[in-house]
Amino acid sequence: MKIFLKNARVINPAEELDGVFNLLIVDGTIQEIGTSLGGNPVNYEIDVAGRFVVPGLFDMHTHLREPGQEYKEDIASGIAAAANGGFTAIAAMPNTDPVVDSADVVKYVLDRARHCGLVSVHQIAAITEGRKGERLSEMKDLAEAGAVAFSDDGSAVTNSQVMRLALEYSSMLNKPIIQHCEDHDLTKSGSVNESPDTIRFGYKTQHRLAEELTLSRDIKLLEAFGGRYHAAHVSTRGSVEIIADAKKRGVPVTCEVTPHHLFLDDSMLSDYDSDYKVNPPLRTKEDCAALIDGIRAGLVDVIASDHAPHALHEKEVEFEAAPFGMIGLETTVGAVMTKLYHEGVVKIDRLVEFLSINPRRILNLPLPTFRPGSTAELSIIDPDVEWRMDPEKFKSKSRNTGFKGWKFKGAAVGIINGDRFYFSEKLR
Amino acid sequence: MAQGMNNLLGLRDLSPEAIMEVLDTARSFREVLERPIKKVPTLQGTTVVNLFFESSTRTRISFELAERRLSADVVNFAASGSSVSKGETLKDTARNIEAMKTDVVVIRHSSSGAPHFLSRFLKSPVINAGDGINEHPTQGLLDMFTMREKFGELKGLNVCIVGDIVHSRVARSNIFGLTKAGARVGVCGPKTLIPDYLDQFGVKVFYDVDDAIEWADVLNVLRIQLEREAGGNFPSIREYRLYWGINESRLEKAKRSLVIMHPGPINRGVELDADVADGNASLILDQVTNGVAIRMAVLFLTGVKSS
Repeated sequence: MKIFLKNARVINPAEELDGVFNLLIVDGTIQEIGTSLGGNPVNYEIDVAGRFVVPGLFDMHTHLREPGQEYKEDIASGIAAAANGGFTAIAAMPNTDPVVDSADVVKYVLDRARHCGLVSVHQIAAITEGRKGERLSEMKDLAEAGAVAFSDDGSAVTNSQVMRLALEYSSMLNKPIIQHCEDHDLTKSGSVNESPDTIRFGYKTQHRLAEELTLSRDIKLLEAFGGRYHAAHVSTRGSVEIIADAKKRGVPVTCEVTPHHLFLDDSMLSDYDSDYKVNPPLRTKEDCAALIDGIRAGLVDVIASDHAPHALHEKEVEFEAAPFGMIGLETTVGAVMTKLYHEGVVKIDRLVEFLSINPRRILNLPLPTFRPGSTAELSIIDPDVEWRMDPEKFKSKSRNTGFKGWKFKGAAVGIINGDRFYFSEKLR
Repeated sequence: MAQGMNNLLGLRDLSPEAIMEVLDTARSFREVLERPIKKVPTLQGTTVVNLFFESSTRTRISFELAERRLSADVVNFAASGSSVSKGETLKDTARNIEAMKTDVVVIRHSSSGAPHFLSRFLKSPVINAGDGINEHPTQGLLDMFTMREKFGELKGLNVCIVGDIVHSRVARSNIFGLTKAGARVGVCGPKTLIPDYLDQFGVKVFYDVDDAIEWADVLNVLRIQLEREAGGNFPSIREYRLYWGINESRLEKAKRSLVIMHPGPINRGVELDADVADGNASLILDQVTNGVAIRMAVLFLTGVKSS
């Protein structure tokens, strides 16, 4: 199988690469990269003039729902959604049923994912048995089985002693702890952010400190006991300040933000539409601005989708009864290109760092390269295609997104991952 | 004549004119209630469904009386707990009932926004009879109606709501409605029962009930709901009664006379002493009577359009 990508604007800051090249990919391997290739018969010849070709995008925060909740999503549909959204690789969160807290479940997911192919699936294992926050999971065995990190995502490890143990134990394995920062005592009072708007709308609210207190405590623990720590989906101005302060002191903390926390805010809750119910909750416009500043300043390391599929019948209920979460695999690139690239917040090379390079560095995974002889793992981004976001066109099984109806400028239009590839209709 | 309303979801999004229209319409229905035969044919042939997902005596009876006095056909649906625990979603329940060709839905639900959610897919008008901690618009309207009857106009009136403000849909509807009508609204209670940011709503906050009494023309005293979220947000009933309970001796210290209101049911001896609840300054039973008139007005303004 030979694929010839013509006139590609190849961008990979990890290789200090930025230029227009022709790429010849043979049987999943980069054969040649240059300016004057061509003439040989190939299976696919695609002129990608005006498009960016970047090292394969990586979403380090995805909920695949398999095993156990396949009616929301399964590995096959999650992979299809990831490919459609421009990702060549994803890391799945362990809050499945059963929880990914044993080597057997890790192996099950990785086997199923290999069978599906197309997108590389990595598994994050639970920090604690059953995600109960009480006893460490068999971390070494999980790492041996292929787990790339540990997280009890969906809930926080609240017990300080357990967090200390998790940081110390995982440091032997050089795997990061990914914390969902939430003081559960503070969030019992409600499920949306406490702000003038949500008080006006009559919601039961929770305070932003629920996130910030846990983050602050964890950074103290990290400084005292070592390990590596990644804060999932940070959402408040205060969290960005805490991260900034810790990074200044050289603490090995990294963090991610989601497109919905960057671009949606709690003023959108006026209709009690549970598609806007996420955890952590949507914050205020000021928080969005602070997160975007964090992106600009490089305090944020990663943009991750927190793709959290839920079935229509679960979301189409009164707000309080609805589960938390929105899907993101198929909206992340469109949202980020529209709001960060076209609005001039960051250039494309920085977006490649947030969406491709930094997630792999945090998870200790090899970076894709465009060197001849290396495995092809790339994403094609069309910066200028304009499209209206229609959840009905998603490959995901679920439709729960707060970006419904948005007009995006820029989209992922295809991926090549070794000998597998996917080109979306937007490429034609 | 009446403009009509599509729904009554809350006073937050209602214009001052629409609020006044309800109050004016209620005045004529209030007269109907004084007649020997308290029934008009206004909603004959219209079927109203009362969907009560949360227990209620007063509001349910008040709605039902209002419906019957307008000659509507009435169907009552009561379910304790959430619809989810019963296995059928709220959407399914409501759509199934509507499929039986009902015309107006009155809903009380423990989740804020449940009526707004229903209104997105029901063809019938939806009337909010209390949603979570969000709003209780007919209560807000009947409180406003009662104050207007007493004082002639709402503009310039000082109304202080006393009690668990943070969990109170009555407080929220009062705040939205009264500020739109030009009244000044204050709230009073322990800090842990008062939400932040109320200054942004133009609401004055009192932590000392004597200061509130000094300021107010009307005290709208809320039920302290021990069985609900409020429990644990303040130290004890004893302490609440000592420092925020409304009793005769506190009122005697006031420089000017004020009236007492309460949405009921009253915890006698907790938020309100019996002598105050039953005293001359109390408008509590007027509120109850006016509630029927207000609900008739709301049903008329939403229901005529559909029938």
